[in-house]
Amino acid sequence: MLPFIAKRIVRLAATLVAVSFLTFLLVNLLPGDAINALIPIDAQQDREFVEQVREEWGLNDPMLVRYARWLGDAATGDFGDSIVTSRTVSDEIFHRLPVTAELMLVTVGLSVLLAVPLGVAAAYREGTRVDQFVSGLSQVFLSIPGFVAGLFLIYVFAMKLGWLPATGWNRLSDGLLDNLKTVILPALSLALIEIAVYTRVVRSDVIGTLQETYVLSARSKGLKDRYILFRHCLRPSSLTLITVVGLNIGSLLGGTVVVEFLFAMPGLGKRLLDAIFQRDFMMVQGITVFIATVYVAVNTLVDLVYMVVDPRIRKAD
Amino acid sequence: MAAGTRLRMPIFTRLCVVWLAVIVLGAVLADFVPGLQDPNHQGFLFGTSKTNDAPSWAHLLGTDNNSRDILARIVYGGRVSLVVAATAVATGTVFGMLFGCFVGYVRGKADAVVMSTVDVILAFPGLVLLLTVVTLLGRRDLVVIAAVVGFLSIPPYTRVARAQALAVSRREFVLAAEAIGTKKRTILFREVIPNCLPGCMGYALVNAAVIILLEGALAFLGLSVQPPTASWGNMVNAARVDIQINFWPVVWPSLALVFTVFSLNNVGDFIRRSRAVRSAAL
Repeated sequence: MLPFIAKRIVRLAATLVAVSFLTFLLVNLLPGDAINALIPIDAQQDREFVEQVREEWGLNDPMLVRYARWLGDAATGDFGDSIVTSRTVSDEIFHRLPVTAELMLVTVGLSVLLAVPLGVAAAYREGTRVDQFVSGLSQVFLSIPGFVAGLFLIYVFAMKLGWLPATGWNRLSDGLLDNLKTVILPALSLALIEIAVYTRVVRSDVIGTLQETYVLSARSKGLKDRYILFRHCLRPSSLTLITVVGLNIGSLLGGTVVVEFLFAMPGLGKRLLDAIFQRDFMMVQGITVFIATVYVAVNTLVDLVYMVVDPRIRKAD
Repeated sequence: MAAGTRLRMPIFTRLCVVWLAVIVLGAVLADFVPGLQDPNHQGFLFGTSKTNDAPSWAHLLGTDNNSRDILARIVYGGRVSLVVAATAVATGTVFGMLFGCFVGYVRGKADAVVMSTVDVILAFPGLVLLLTVVTLLGRRDLVVIAAVVGFLSIPPYTRVARAQALAVSRREFVLAAEAIGTKKRTILFREVIPNCLPGCMGYALVNAAVIILLEGALAFLGLSVQPPTASWGNMVNAARVDIQINFWPVVWPSLALVFTVFSLNNVGDFIRRSRAVRSAAL
């Protein structure tokens, strides 16, 4: 098992280096000179000053040299400084991370809580009206983008009913209830698509497990259906669900950018958007690499968890 | 295949096909539809319409906060979604199929190189990569957006096509062709690729829905085509500031987006199910 883990970690490191290089290439090769973000266009008449700033930020070095320097710094946790705010990029990331992390946790938690009963019910009543209703519902949820769901939730719950704030963010330290009030609508708007995806996975998986012989033997022992469903069927099916949750983290991270923009939340996605609008290339690079890292790391972790839980995979590899 | 095993298309799915046909025809023939207004005509400048007007005979879905006809903007906005989705599907199928089927069939070093490149590109969450590339390019017309989305569609199709090719390469007709000494290239184009095509087509409809959602989100962030060109996402974004005064300009483009994505998913699901029935009946 140990060599397997080592192999995975080497592959993870290789992917991360490739990902960061691709980002670096992207940010550096595409048109748009970084100098325009450092010095306003009308102040660029002074050639000597421009050269001095270029030298200072190392913009004159060949790209590979700059990448090597950036990678070396990044390995020690230094992603450089933001061009616009002059705070360090890692500072900004860790300042913004809790908001996005909480948003994603609440979204995934909410989605799993709703999707598991829906999926199990649909599988248990396969082919009946219950099943058709759940399939229809998940198809509808799958078609509603986060920004549309968010706008309608804001319209109903903030503007018409006045129960919740439309935008903004209360930190967890401001009190749990106040915090929940600002996280629930964004999480709900992200959850619709997740619920749809998870429900489909749970449904098809439980249908498969219900045909296993151990379910038959549990039935012949006279165990209650509900007990069989949740104790015998759900446990093997939960593995697939974990994998899908991991794979979906990518699209969810993209979703948080849109939802944080709509709800004006001070998260990582909003910061990335601001950096993009300000052409703050160090920041764009840092956040993009960070997001890709989280995504790849989560999926490696899912693979490892999978292996720990299911001994058959350990042998196969 | 017996005719009786064929799934009948439910009425609901037929409605979805009709909706997709209407959207496509509208986008293609928008310039020739009689009575459809200029989507960028700001009537209040000429005293011919008011801003945020309710639906009327002159403006069937009312006007937006620039007094433009919402129906016309939705019809023209469909062009952006469809052009982007069509480019993604076309580029993805052509290049993704070629790469995927090639490496899935020959395996070896080519497979390792192509698939690790694909893995690296797919390590970026789609919207984040799209967002970064589009902004860094600095130009935001339909051609650029479509080109970027098209390029980014190659990796996922490559992965799907490779999985198909791996299975097809083990089938008897490929082994037979190899046994009689057919050239590898001929087998690839005559046997492997044609047999991977149906699977990739099923993926294409679902992928088109995903792409339309992506473009919608990009436009909502103000990073897709430049206004005044209409797209469903930027219509929602422009109307949301006046949502308390007039709710409907937000509703119409949202519905157009949701109906289109729903229809693509529904028809895609139907095709997948009917293919599953047919292969089970074989």
